[in-house]
Amino acid sequence: MIAGGRLPHAALGDGGEKGWTALVAFLRHPRRRRDLIAAALFLGPALIVLLTFVYFPIVWAFGISFTDWQSGGAPARFVGVDNYTFLLNSADFWRALRNTVTFVVLKLPLDMVLALAVALLLNQRLRGMGFFRMAIFMPVVTSVVAAAAIWRVLYNPSFGVFNSMLDAFGLPPQRWLRDPSLAMPAVVLVALWKGLGYNVVIFLAGLQGIGRVYYEAAAIDGATPWQRFRYVTLPLLSPVTYFVALIGVINSFKVFSLIHVMLPDGGPLDSAQVLVFYLYELAFQSFRYGRAAALSFILFGIVLAITFLQQRFAEKRVHYE
Amino acid sequence: MSYRLGRFLGASGTYVLLGVMTLVTVFPFLWMVGTALKTQQEIFVYPPTLWPVELQWQNFVRVFETVPFLRFYVNSVVVTTVITAAQVVTSALAGYAFARIDFPFKNAVFVVFLATLIVPEQVTMLPLFLLVSRLGWIDTFQALTVPFLANAFAVFFLRQFFLTIPRELEEAARMDGAGRLRVLFQIVLPLARPALATIALFIFLGEWDTYLWPLIVTNSESMRTLPIGLRFFVEESGSQLHLMMAGAVMAVAPILLLFLMAQRQFIEGIAMTGSKG
Repeated sequence: MIAGGRLPHAALGDGGEKGWTALVAFLRHPRRRRDLIAAALFLGPALIVLLTFVYFPIVWAFGISFTDWQSGGAPARFVGVDNYTFLLNSADFWRALRNTVTFVVLKLPLDMVLALAVALLLNQRLRGMGFFRMAIFMPVVTSVVAAAAIWRVLYNPSFGVFNSMLDAFGLPPQRWLRDPSLAMPAVVLVALWKGLGYNVVIFLAGLQGIGRVYYEAAAIDGATPWQRFRYVTLPLLSPVTYFVALIGVINSFKVFSLIHVMLPDGGPLDSAQVLVFYLYELAFQSFRYGRAAALSFILFGIVLAITFLQQRFAEKRVHYE
Repeated sequence: MSYRLGRFLGASGTYVLLGVMTLVTVFPFLWMVGTALKTQQEIFVYPPTLWPVELQWQNFVRVFETVPFLRFYVNSVVVTTVITAAQVVTSALAGYAFARIDFPFKNAVFVVFLATLIVPEQVTMLPLFLLVSRLGWIDTFQALTVPFLANAFAVFFLRQFFLTIPRELEEAARMDGAGRLRVLFQIVLPLARPALATIALFIFLGEWDTYLWPLIVTNSESMRTLPIGLRFFVEESGSQLHLMMAGAVMAVAPILLLFLMAQRQFIEGIAMTGSKG
């Protein structure tokens, strides 16, 4: 979400021929030398942790993804891109990808529209808005596992409140988390409930950042409330909308814990087995390390591609003030 | 938008819509508390009721008798506190270096930090697990904390804040011969207290709810953090929904109380870190 390319360029640090000669000149200066030592000591702790526990594992995982390593099996052999081709030809992978996309498609539009609507409601100068904001934010600070447990009780086919509500309206009871076509929507509803408050707060901050002058100008021009929303609020809010959408899609591709607690077996007919769920099973239940590593890089590629595509899209559509 | 929408919809319309939203949001919590205080028989009553006839406080005692819930709390508090404190320190140091010290290849090093933010934890999960097991750390506190003692987002966040502090304040002290570390701890960090509090809260909330990693690296019940302990308790409680919900109440209550007491800081902190990200 932070574009490296937009960082300001200092005199030093571009690397290359000029960088190296500059470095030598730099080091001849005693005060500069002291600065370098200070910088090394200040950056050291964080840098060592990131190199050891982020960079090294990435490189290692990349290596593993080209082997047939599995726990307890024969010594790992280099197998080229076999793991990648295996995954791209396996029904399990495509089902996991389809389930993940279903999760995103069901959740994102509803999430964005509802969050923006609630933020607009909360952005009025009325009494008690703080109370509503607090209430809607409560699920955000609630533990995912607890949230999943609560909703499992609500969805319970025999003693759950949803079926008794359906019954009250004379509708037939549903099997919810045990129904292949309802399990995923049921999980999405919980994810919506859990995450809405976060997006509301981000939208609210965005709305409060829009200067009054724009609305005053629109009012002078005789814009209707809808026109003000469509031609002032929406364009000026677009950087925030972009942020919420990007984070929303990326986080949806990484969804795991909620599903793992609500549907420990991946749901009926594996209908809620998303990518990370499949990755978890490959790595820690069937111990196919090579395949799991390959899958994690496919996931990484998808996340990078989404970021890249949305950035391209944003260049055209997002209005920065 | 604000007052315009108000006129369009009317205050009462707003209240009705927000009231419905709030009810939908809060209802699951009410159901959790109601169920947690029921008897097993009351759970099987049809149609289900929200509130028990008689409050069964002993359900909470039974949870403590079934699983070492207190141990889960302690584990979570220790792990989260260690990670939060360490990340604040390592990020303040690194963020200060990026904000104030000139050194060669500064931008390149900064990119090395920021690039870690685009890597999903699922990519490093497996090799990190293999690394941690080679180190013999499976089922230990080291496994739960050491890989997470630094965080590039916190570095970035604090750097941005340090850049807003006027340099003159530090330069006077530097002239008087104060070293960089002293300047950081005696001048910069006291000024950065709101930013430190925000980022600490942000880290704490994220770590408190970590699920996947402790699920992988802990085996014994006594090493489980709160989310993992609750997860296994949920699995084992089967149809004892009242006990399941009593466990959920105990997992949710402390953080929810904290939130209700300091909700402004929570919400503004989230808005701040969100828009900076």
